[in-house]
Amino acid sequence: MVELIIDGIKTRVSEGTTVLEAASEMGITIPTLCYYPGLSCYGECRVCLVEVVKGDRSSLEASCTLPVDQGQVIRTNSEKVTRARKLIMELLLSSCPNSKTLQDMAANMGINKVRFKIKDRGCILCGRCVRYCKEQMKSGGIGFVGRGTSRRVATAFDVTPEECRNCGGCEWICPVCEKACMADSLIDGLCGGCQNLAPVETCLVCTGCSESVGPQGHSVYK
Amino acid sequence: MKRLRSAVELEQLRVKILSQRKPEKPCISICGGTGCHAYGCEDVAKALKNEIKRQGLSKQVELKVTGCHGFCERGPLMVLQPRKIFYQRVNPSDASEIIAETVMKGNIIDRLLYIDPVSEERAQSEEDVPFYKRQRRLVFGNNGLIDPTNIEDYLAIGGYSALSQVLFNMQPEEVIEEIKRSGLRGRGGGGFPTGRKWESCRNAPSPDRIRYVICNADEGDPGAYMDRSLLEGNPNSVIEGMIIGAYAVGAHNGYVYVRLEYPLALKNLGMALDQAREYGFLGQNILGSGFDFDIKISRGGGAFICGESTALMASLEGRVGEPRPKHIHTALQGLYGKPTNLNNVETWANVPLIINRGADWYSQIGTEGSKGTKIFSLVGKINNTGLVEVPMGITLREIIYGIGGGIPHGKKFKAIQTGGPSGGCLPESLINLPVDFDRLTEAGSMMGSGGMIVMDEGTCMVDIARYFVRFLTEESCGKCAPCREGLDRMLDILTDITEGKGKGDDIELLEELGGVIKETSLCALGGTAPNPVLSTIRYFRDEYEAHIRERRCPAGVCKELITFNIDAEKCTGCLVCARECPQGAISGRKKELHIIDQEKCIKCGLCRDVCKFDAVITL
Repeated sequence: MVELIIDGIKTRVSEGTTVLEAASEMGITIPTLCYYPGLSCYGECRVCLVEVVKGDRSSLEASCTLPVDQGQVIRTNSEKVTRARKLIMELLLSSCPNSKTLQDMAANMGINKVRFKIKDRGCILCGRCVRYCKEQMKSGGIGFVGRGTSRRVATAFDVTPEECRNCGGCEWICPVCEKACMADSLIDGLCGGCQNLAPVETCLVCTGCSESVGPQGHSVYK
Repeated sequence: MKRLRSAVELEQLRVKILSQRKPEKPCISICGGTGCHAYGCEDVAKALKNEIKRQGLSKQVELKVTGCHGFCERGPLMVLQPRKIFYQRVNPSDASEIIAETVMKGNIIDRLLYIDPVSEERAQSEEDVPFYKRQRRLVFGNNGLIDPTNIEDYLAIGGYSALSQVLFNMQPEEVIEEIKRSGLRGRGGGGFPTGRKWESCRNAPSPDRIRYVICNADEGDPGAYMDRSLLEGNPNSVIEGMIIGAYAVGAHNGYVYVRLEYPLALKNLGMALDQAREYGFLGQNILGSGFDFDIKISRGGGAFICGESTALMASLEGRVGEPRPKHIHTALQGLYGKPTNLNNVETWANVPLIINRGADWYSQIGTEGSKGTKIFSLVGKINNTGLVEVPMGITLREIIYGIGGGIPHGKKFKAIQTGGPSGGCLPESLINLPVDFDRLTEAGSMMGSGGMIVMDEGTCMVDIARYFVRFLTEESCGKCAPCREGLDRMLDILTDITEGKGKGDDIELLEELGGVIKETSLCALGGTAPNPVLSTIRYFRDEYEAHIRERRCPAGVCKELITFNIDAEKCTGCLVCARECPQGAISGRKKELHIIDQEKCIKCGLCRDVCKFDAVITL
């Protein structure tokens, strides 16, 4: 067993557990995208970042691939974590703005503007489908092709491979295409259609979403 | 050749080789390095060979094509032994004169000597040339003495003596202790203490006792070619280092991962491996010591990211070259999940030197935290382009002005970029900075694998940052989001700035984005990629501001922000620019002021390049 401190609370978990799993056992929610229980950990989206404190220094690590270590001190929601997480969310949104999952997550994080150029690729390359196909369906019909910004998920030579059994698992497990965002126009990269809908001035039950709306958000949906 | 079966046999062979060699026999060693190849050294070598044959001197004169001598700017280079006469910029047509005059009569041909541009003195030997005089060429210096295709040349200068010392007189732990005491740090970029890496690899549990050593020769930084030159010029020193390392960590299999774009390195290394095997330095029962070890070559596929250790190992295993999180070090779980010790070419080449001369001697060279020498490739806007080996702790000024000979055409020094594409740009105010791992990191740059790109006042720092970010965007594997998307957006912002579309808060956004990419990326590529941007913002913020707020490129580089004009006072009306302009945008009669039609001008800069009077100016 390994003893560590997450958000100031001491916990004991068995060796080989990841920090993400340890935190979720304690009821601490860390947002994730590329992580999925039952699939290998990949560490692509970096949304599950946590702060690992070592003395007076600290570093940011993806909790899904970070194994627990004796005496580790973890902060899952510090300012350093939320700042970095928000910026990464902005990056992901700018490459996949029509995903309801991403828009909801962005709203929950209090993002009120995407400051980067929108380049809709419709995919965040989290690799859930690739891992699901290979690890759960034992097929390996799809994989990553290309490098850098030309990286994409594809079948070999872009033809449907024999390995594919049309199970549809890839589509089912995709975090961004399962529910397309219905908003037809984006302001600053945000749809504002769901969580961002309520205008702050008239909101009766304040849940602190005002941060996520911003002045331009209101005018669109009035 | 019979395999050597003991240390005594090795020494006997060495004595035999040396007795067959006459030090007084004239020997011409021609540099066969990358730079000299481009200058046509092969033709020079061929001409000399024919000339020696024609004059019937085949028995009296030896001709040797060696690895890189370092002074690439003045190639093709040659050194004539035994008097060590140094000739530069040799043409094939000089061959007969060199043989007849210098080799046979001992007369020196003045026009082939190097003339120091400052003192205007002729230098007769390499030691007289300031470029070489100020270096300390411990690892690289042997390149000029040996023919890389002949292992006997390496044996003649004491090669493999460190190996026999290690195999017969030292325990593996002692070897590790020696390397630890020497203070050697990884030359590939990370600067991790080599001895400690070896130790953790040796102590890592491996039930089937399989361990690997790897030589990382996937050098991909733009402008860097020291690993290439070492592998091409002295492959045996790398092989010897690897065998010693394998003995220390307890490995029996080794790999050299060579970049595919290095055909000569592949050829010379392959030949050296065959010869080492034949002589009994590789294979079963090395030198009769009972230690088995062999090396295989693995050729990279052209991905820059495969220089990262975990991506390299994935590629070696036949998987896609993508890094993995390194919470468990490769020294514990590396290639095929076994303890693996990976070092860079230059690190391996340092090992025999440390064993031969001792850790105490080695640790005297350099600074507190960085020991020994480092090879840099000095390129860019510098008079003496080439490979330089200097002790750690030397100042940038000494490298740029002492060795590099300053900036060409009397221009002003502006910045130096160290550490390859993900290093930082250091300004003139830091020119007295001692070069070692820690000082460079503190200054916002890094040692990297040792690239040094010098920039003069005609370089736009925003444009240069954009160049490096573009390289890294293309070379990012694309696995993790901050590196893939972050660098791409960074490139967008930088492109906007250079095109005059910069926004007020772009600098702050770049800083924030750079900080997050650095902190959150999966591997060291993303972890260092924002350095060129962050360091140029740190030291050249005013240039960014000029681009954004004044829509002006102070260095006159960014096409969207400049116009080409002709200086009325300097223009002599020679018509050269008007004739060269591909757009026909320049009008004017002979001996009259020429005018550029801004409507037609495509800002190609050809007029500026051809004008002999510097009359074409950018505004």
